[in-house]
Amino acid sequence: MPSITETLTEITRFVIAPRTLDDPRSAGFLHDAHALGLTAVERICCADLYFIQGRLTPTEVRVLADRLLHDPITHNVTQNLSAAGKMSAADCVSGDAYVIEVALRPGVTDPVAEQIVRAAHMLGIKGVQAAGTGLRFEVHGAGLSEADCHLLAARLLSNPVIQRYTLGEIEPSFPLPTQACDAVDTLPIRSLDDAGLMTLSQERRAALDLNEMRAIQTYYRSEGRDPTDVEIEMIAQTWSEHCVHKTFKARISVERRGQPGSEIIPNLFRATIRAATETIDAPWVLSAFVDNAGLIEYDGVNAISFKVETHNHPSAIEPFGGANTGVGGVIRDVLGVSAKPVAATDVLCFGPQDTPFEALPAGVLHPRRILSGVVAGVQDYGNKIGLPTVSGGLWFDPGYTANPLVFCGCLGIAPKDAHPRQPQPGDRIIVLGGRTGRDGLRGATFSSMTMDAQTGEVSGASVQIGAPVVEKGLIDVVLLARDAHLYHAITDCGAGGLSSAVGEMTSTLGGWVQLECVPLKYPGLAPWEIWLSEAQERMVLAVPPASLPALQTLCERYAVELTDIGQFEASGRIVVRYGQKAVLDLSNDFLHNGLPQRNLAALILPPRCPAGQTTPLLTRERDYAAALLALLAHPNIASKERIIRIYDHEVQGGTLIKPLAGLAADAPADAVVLRPPGSAGTQALALSAGMNPEYGKLDPRQMALNVIDEAVRNAVAAGADPERIALLDNFCWGDPLRRETLGELVEAAYGCYDGAVYFGAPFISGKDSFNNEYLGSDGQRHAIPPTLLISGLGLLENAHAAVSMDLKAAGNALYLVGAFAPTFGGSHYALTCLPADQPPAEGVPALDPITRAVYRALHAAMRDGLAAACHDLSEGGLAVAAAEMCIGGRLGLDLALEDAEPLRTLFGETTGCLLVEVPPQHAADFEAMLSGLPCRSLGAVTAVPRLTARRAGQILLDLPVDALRNAFQRPL
Amino acid sequence: MPPKALILFAPGTNRDLDAARALEQAGAVPEVVPLNRLRRGERRWQDYQMLVLPGGFSYADALGAGKLLALELQHDFAGPMAEFVASGKPVIGICNGFQALVKSGLLPDPTQASAEAQATLTFNACGHFECRWVTLLPVSQTCIWTRGLSEPIDCPVAHGEGNFQARDPHWIDALVASGQAALLYAAPDDRPAHGVYPYNPNGSTADIAGLCNPAGNVLGLMPHPEDHIFAEQHPLWTRGLARGSGLALFRNGVAYAGQF
Repeated sequence: MPSITETLTEITRFVIAPRTLDDPRSAGFLHDAHALGLTAVERICCADLYFIQGRLTPTEVRVLADRLLHDPITHNVTQNLSAAGKMSAADCVSGDAYVIEVALRPGVTDPVAEQIVRAAHMLGIKGVQAAGTGLRFEVHGAGLSEADCHLLAARLLSNPVIQRYTLGEIEPSFPLPTQACDAVDTLPIRSLDDAGLMTLSQERRAALDLNEMRAIQTYYRSEGRDPTDVEIEMIAQTWSEHCVHKTFKARISVERRGQPGSEIIPNLFRATIRAATETIDAPWVLSAFVDNAGLIEYDGVNAISFKVETHNHPSAIEPFGGANTGVGGVIRDVLGVSAKPVAATDVLCFGPQDTPFEALPAGVLHPRRILSGVVAGVQDYGNKIGLPTVSGGLWFDPGYTANPLVFCGCLGIAPKDAHPRQPQPGDRIIVLGGRTGRDGLRGATFSSMTMDAQTGEVSGASVQIGAPVVEKGLIDVVLLARDAHLYHAITDCGAGGLSSAVGEMTSTLGGWVQLECVPLKYPGLAPWEIWLSEAQERMVLAVPPASLPALQTLCERYAVELTDIGQFEASGRIVVRYGQKAVLDLSNDFLHNGLPQRNLAALILPPRCPAGQTTPLLTRERDYAAALLALLAHPNIASKERIIRIYDHEVQGGTLIKPLAGLAADAPADAVVLRPPGSAGTQALALSAGMNPEYGKLDPRQMALNVIDEAVRNAVAAGADPERIALLDNFCWGDPLRRETLGELVEAAYGCYDGAVYFGAPFISGKDSFNNEYLGSDGQRHAIPPTLLISGLGLLENAHAAVSMDLKAAGNALYLVGAFAPTFGGSHYALTCLPADQPPAEGVPALDPITRAVYRALHAAMRDGLAAACHDLSEGGLAVAAAEMCIGGRLGLDLALEDAEPLRTLFGETTGCLLVEVPPQHAADFEAMLSGLPCRSLGAVTAVPRLTARRAGQILLDLPVDALRNAFQRPL
Repeated sequence: MPPKALILFAPGTNRDLDAARALEQAGAVPEVVPLNRLRRGERRWQDYQMLVLPGGFSYADALGAGKLLALELQHDFAGPMAEFVASGKPVIGICNGFQALVKSGLLPDPTQASAEAQATLTFNACGHFECRWVTLLPVSQTCIWTRGLSEPIDCPVAHGEGNFQARDPHWIDALVASGQAALLYAAPDDRPAHGVYPYNPNGSTADIAGLCNPAGNVLGLMPHPEDHIFAEQHPLWTRGLARGSGLALFRNGVAYAGQF
């Protein structure tokens, strides 16, 4: 790679500092410094840095400062010609403070810098050639040392993957213009032996195994030539786990411990996920597993699309950019089915926030930084693009410390049959949107490999940073182009970039591309880099030549860049040229069907205790109130309000049941209910989620049933029809080459089949992410806990039938509905109780066969308006669910529990159960509708805001709602 | 004839359709118009009776919310914007649109647009973007958008830079006295929030949520009344406590536009 940095002489440096000392941003950094253990820091003053390259007159410098770079009411500005690099070590102390400055590494996308250049030219200051941004910190503290400042900079103020820091003034760097580059290497593959093939795979970070490399070798031997680097890179991307899901499609030999012999699963995906959807055969599923997102029938006029993706490895090394582009990517998936994005979801898994630094493996960011970066990344993209981020979840486990999980979802709406899928010969290959840089090179293969301490360094130059406003322009243009029928096919540029998008679109016909036509962020990219770059915010369209002028007009209106890079033709091949030079020429048959099936082995270990199995508890005195407060404060259960509120969940005006429920909007909703703009009928949608890695650790198969039940149950609680729920599966697993890890996957996949078929809830889309591994304190590699996210998409025939979870009125009755069979296997009580109170080993909850009938009957009652509130029992059991309903309504509950084991009743976890508040005048009707099904009255809503539970005249617990709320709102 | 509303669209605008829906419900005919269409003369300012600068993140809020859109309005559209305002036609800037109106000098007083800025919208006092429902008190009879309204309006805020601050605190008293402080953040008792978080969600001086020009036809506000035009959008609708629709504000503006 050519060097792209050079120091230039004429650089003006501007420092923009807040006038007040109580600047909230500075206060935020101070708070974070203390949270990370850097308590010697007493005060931080944070200022913005701007570097302008180009010869400027003093007047121009003043105009830039006053009109562009600072707000004179709140900020002060100082500027000087940059003297960076000339400071001595002593200069890093300014007054009584240390100075730390941070700037982006060259080549990292800097959207603000681009805007500065554009605006300066608008102001008539044409001498501005380039701009850069940075941050300056003045750090105060009596006992601070230079070493402390390095620690602060490394742990909090900068991320070496995208930024540099110095003590004292930092030297800006700008990309140096370089020549276009057409360098293409030929890789002699035909002569290699097996060892040579594997070396080649590793050198190109291709993540291909020997069988796959041999298949490539065979192809080139038959072609009578050696491949180019462009070809090898494209094959590696096209054949990556990320793109073709080879584990789910592998031939798997399964052995069960303790049982003789083995069985063969020819294709796990077909046998489980797809089989469930085919068995259910729901007429309202319009598209499953075919498109970038699944589609279902909505209101007779529109279809709803839904997709959930993961962006785990990028988020581990650069949390903001990783999550940011994760959101951007899944939005493009929905735009890729010609739908208007209407909501975003995010489910996040992190290491414990109080993990000591000393316990972190080398090269791993602290979980606190990963969380704040990821959340900021989701916020930035969702808010700026104008999508309500409505539903989500947070899960903490030491297994996620080095390998966080970031699930990003997007929901879309489009008229049925609005999505064209057939490119025609002669159609132009059109790229819309952002320019191409080195961003995210080899992302698909990167995500298909195990992380190690060097991952950040090796992949650092290619970290992706999003530009949501550019993608907003894509949405605006694509939807107008769709309505005007200007394209025949569309797909997004995701992992693998153009190679993947164009490769997919030309897979039926064929086509050619002129690579030098692709607009670049900076020159100097080799052809393979252009072809593989995962630069964000790009879509590829098949556009008939006659429609091109109309599309061009739309693009000009919305300031979106359009580039014509090639043409579809019925050749059965994909050909890529750079100028006159053919750099890639592959047959579609080989590229898309040539991947040999993987042969994998799985070992299934039986769970220690079968699901549903319990052991009698010791009878003794227990502090039930303390146990409840500890559960409410557990990070997996406690309020997520601090995060939810920094996401805009109201934009587009369709959020009817909001993520925060109740009188003071501080209780957790089971599911959000949306009626997106453009809805044509009375219908609304419920978005829910189910996930429980604690169950996954014990019993992956039953975990899958449990989380499907949870997703269905949450949607039902908000008013969705249990017979109209579509599911999405997202598996995050370890290395499938480890037999036990693959065994857990096989079990979970069969659990998915069982659960989906049982509920009649088909999968419409899904995604898997493997090689999520971490280095344990024992020095061994470990898979993360088996993590299956099930996202539910439910339908309400009438939006007005939506029900919220907050208690509504004193005097109403509270019912426990469903087959109540609490266990402590994988329970949160076991995570929060004192060691002496540890419950015996038990199975995870088992799904009772009556559950579907319960949901049906409950839904009928809710549709008739009999339920005032409804909330499901999940982590923490009945007591936590009751407490959350009290918090929502600022009302009390007086519950009579007659079961033999109160501890189990209060805190054991069960499938299939909900608490339902019913006004007294509806009680008889409600009971009649649930007759023959498990349903019992537990007590009544009280005006006195206290949660009271009694048994046989004895008070088990009695807590004021304020105490519940305080525990629940304990900050993360 | 129902008045035509021009909804300005810049790269990053994203609550344009929310505003369009509210205006439609209030009886206007809205059209979302990218700035480039005005720049090229494909659309003409004088064909519209109302002007809306909707919410969003124009130019990604680079260099400060609304800043680059303000610069573009000053640089490319100063004439038509000034003319529209001077004609007395109703103009509303919501969230990002309010930020652009303030930063381009059209609020609080367009006749002082070229003088040194007196006020700004800066970072929320809580230090971050926040989305929550607030209650607004319409308190101005000067402002044609709030004139005659007595009921509080409930609607969401969703911003990171909505903290209204002035260079000179006494100048705020004058704003209030002249009726330019049009909408105030209120506490649950429907009285001014007196700076108490989260009722005043961003730390704005004097609880100012919305502000008009001396003539009263230009209103800027941070909250989003366009996202409360149906009862089911209200967070308490399942408790039967929905109230304070934002539609009242838009009906006022549309009725006033009818005369042009």
